[in-house]
Amino acid sequence: MKTPEEIFDLLKNKFGEAIIELVSDKPAESFISVDPLQIDKICNSLRDEKEFAFNSLMNLSGVDDANGEKLKDENEHDIIKGGTLSVFYHLESTILKHKVTLKVSADRDNPEVASVEEIWRSADWHEREAFDMYGIKFLNHHNLIRILMPYDWEDSYPLRKDYQNPEFYQGMKVPY
Amino acid sequence: MGLLDKQFTDDNIVVTKVEDLLNWARLSSLWQMGFGLACCAIEMMATSASHYDFDRFGVIPRPSPRQSDVIIVSGTVTLKMAIRVKRLYEQMPDPKYVISMGSCSNCGGPYWEHGYHVLKGVDRVIPVDVYVPGCPPRPEALLEGLLKLQEKIRNETLVKEAV
Repeated sequence: MKTPEEIFDLLKNKFGEAIIELVSDKPAESFISVDPLQIDKICNSLRDEKEFAFNSLMNLSGVDDANGEKLKDENEHDIIKGGTLSVFYHLESTILKHKVTLKVSADRDNPEVASVEEIWRSADWHEREAFDMYGIKFLNHHNLIRILMPYDWEDSYPLRKDYQNPEFYQGMKVPY
Repeated sequence: MGLLDKQFTDDNIVVTKVEDLLNWARLSSLWQMGFGLACCAIEMMATSASHYDFDRFGVIPRPSPRQSDVIIVSGTVTLKMAIRVKRLYEQMPDPKYVISMGSCSNCGGPYWEHGYHVLKGVDRVIPVDVYVPGCPPRPEALLEGLLKLQEKIRNETLVKEAV
């Protein structure tokens, strides 16, 4: 059994720059912030190495950090420019009985994160949901299509903080 | 009852109007489409079950829209589902009726403002005959809605109204 601090140190030795920081000053559990394009390699190591043995991805969820510049568009709607979108990974080892949380942040304008779908199969639908709701692109996902919204929903992502509902969908009025 | 309160003028002969006969037949065997969307569907199933016994009004769930007379829209109609609801309604043979059951299908219910994926009322895609309020409505409320629909059918006429 390992604490997040021990896991952070071991990962830092192994991956260096790709492991950004350990955040433990939040009221919630501490998490390790890592590079979005190297998350697949890091997760592979977390699953396969005996000292980690994270055999379960409990949850994967997208987050809109809403930390960009807040502007108004021509119709006086709030829009957010720049900043990041994040993905959180909650891992558990049922063998060693320890847990860890990872976080990656990608640019809001082109959010690209490496997929972990081939490492834990449970990531497949979770990544599709994060794509559906936030528009986060998971590189190398075998079937990155919308999972809840209709397939032909226009290029908009409902859980982004600056989301605007369209007036019509297939001829049906959407607002109340 | 339009038909049965007419007097027998001879043995085994009932005198009535064609209109009354058709209306009576229609309202006494409203076959319902076996179709549920959300928590309202649980109440609808309870209404069908032995305690409330929808069958005593001639309501039987049918597995196909081709055999159905009434569609009870029981639950939240998402935009994705609205297309399917409309398709099912179009597949039903005339005369066909629609009962909108519960707040969601009446007007969007709790999703009216922030439900980015919810159709704000099924009457935006198909014509509704009876709206049953509630969240979800109790079986008694659904029964009342059905009685209202029967009342509506009883007053239908084959003759076009004079303008």
